[in-house]
Amino acid sequence: MKAAGKPGNWKKFRNQWDLQSMVWPGIIFIFIFSYIPMYGVVMAFQQYDIFSGIWKSPWVGFMHFRMFFEAPEFWNVMRNTLVISLLKLVITFPAPIILALMLNEIGSMTFKRFIQTVSYLPYFLSWVIVSGFVFSLLSVDNGTVNYLLERMGLISEPVNFLAVPKYFWSILVSVNVWKDVGFASIVYLAAIAGVDPTLYEAASIDGASRFKQIYLITLPSIAPIIIIFMILAIGNLLSAGFEDILLLATNPILRPYSDVIDTYVYRVGILNARFSYATAVGLFKAGISVILLVSANKIARRAGVSLW
Amino acid sequence: MRLSLGDKIMQRTIYILMTLLAVIMLYPFWNSLVISFNQGSDTALGGVTLWPRVFTLENYYIVFQDNRLLNSFWITILRTISGTALSVFFTALLAYGMSKKTLLFRKYYMVFFMITMFFSGGLIPTYLLIRSLGMLDTFWVLIIPGIISVYNMIVIRTFFSNLPDGLEESAKIDGCGNYGIFFKIVIPVSGPVLATIALFTAVGYWNDWFTGAIYITKDGLLPIQTLLRQIMNSNIMTEIGSSNAIALDHMNRNRTITTKSLTMATMMIATIPIILTYPFLQKYFVKGVLIGSLKE
Repeated sequence: MKAAGKPGNWKKFRNQWDLQSMVWPGIIFIFIFSYIPMYGVVMAFQQYDIFSGIWKSPWVGFMHFRMFFEAPEFWNVMRNTLVISLLKLVITFPAPIILALMLNEIGSMTFKRFIQTVSYLPYFLSWVIVSGFVFSLLSVDNGTVNYLLERMGLISEPVNFLAVPKYFWSILVSVNVWKDVGFASIVYLAAIAGVDPTLYEAASIDGASRFKQIYLITLPSIAPIIIIFMILAIGNLLSAGFEDILLLATNPILRPYSDVIDTYVYRVGILNARFSYATAVGLFKAGISVILLVSANKIARRAGVSLW
Repeated sequence: MRLSLGDKIMQRTIYILMTLLAVIMLYPFWNSLVISFNQGSDTALGGVTLWPRVFTLENYYIVFQDNRLLNSFWITILRTISGTALSVFFTALLAYGMSKKTLLFRKYYMVFFMITMFFSGGLIPTYLLIRSLGMLDTFWVLIIPGIISVYNMIVIRTFFSNLPDGLEESAKIDGCGNYGIFFKIVIPVSGPVLATIALFTAVGYWNDWFTGAIYITKDGLLPIQTLLRQIMNSNIMTEIGSSNAIALDHMNRNRTITTKSLTMATMMIATIPIILTYPFLQKYFVKGVLIGSLKE
């Protein structure tokens, strides 16, 4: 900060006004749309009402946090958030790594490019469209899935998959894998392409099979990237999903399995207009997420990889 | 390279798995496309999977009769074009300023921007801000909140910093100011990175339904994705029928249209612009993703 107050700086600042005028629209924009809402989280500690606004609403301390911990939904919401997140971590996270490893084994460039292009497609579709696909495929009246299962004789009558709570987690995770696996594999493919080819040559002279080479050379070489993404994923452990759950779990019967922190914030905050309470729930989530991110990074640092 | 038996088996397995993957990736889209071109009453009999059984264009015909849907498409196109143009311009301008080492207070500015990548006010404070700015139920709420993306700024800035210094020197000698250099030299050589950012921004605007869902209540301003979501949860046929006499007449006379067939046709119209663009930009966006994730 020592330089900021010097009179010479003000002169320099005026001399480069054109350069400064390039960044100031961005600074003002970010101030309004990011920093003002950041300050707005103080209302988690207020009894916010619209007429008094953020400056005059009365302070209530941790009341809203206590209310959330004692709410009948609390344990259910926490369980769903953690279970869905962990399922995504265990299944959605490694899927693109496996895809990248397999793509790397394809010799024909045309075929490889085709598979890549096709696998990127779902990433570019909106969740509304994707949920439309899912509704259509799983539909009771002649959705493809029911049609196939019936023809194969596995079921005797159509199943309404999206109205059975215990199926919801599997559907959600499968759809997420489908949507993101291709696009997420780009980074891993690039990392694999950067592995020193002489390592493979040496290994194949020693008679190592392709599978062994993947296991002994490729995976250890891309481990740093995997760990970085792992740290970020752990930091997001409380973000189990939002758009996907909101759009796929339209049937309230699913709520015992589908309600997570973010959908809960949306429901009580926007739909029921309990602003302070919902902000407190959101802040609780943000707080835990920062702790998770920092601790994951600390553990990873011991392995020599770090975000900062 | 000679392959052992085990390697050959593995390679065959991978080819089979990848073919299967391609089918799984394409089928949901393909099946919906087929249903949108198939007569609704025939689809209801079941078994329409890979090819239309009774080909028809009537689903699209009805959708294009509906003013509400057409208006939504129009709003979405307008928002995507103006939002993307503004966003790419202001983000690139910011990135250019931030790429200059001579920029006074550059480090403080960077910290100011980076903080927003880790912390945010969350849903409710943002909603209340938008409301107090008087942006509820305006077209502006559909474009303005997304104009500056810190992440995109960093990607573009990385690209700008790697441009050779000599490029700008000659322009400086010719008496160009920073704006002159930015428009005449830097923008023209940054085609690929700006195209990538523009693609992702445009896809983001096109696909966003949530902004419309929480900030817009006026029918005439709903983006197509938000309207689509409403349509899926309601009965599109009675809605179109109640507002459009030609469509109602057609539906009454033929009795071949179903809710599902109309929804599918609408979904396809909302998807096809994206499907037609992204494969051609693949080369660029793959590079863009890598600048963003590996170099930072």
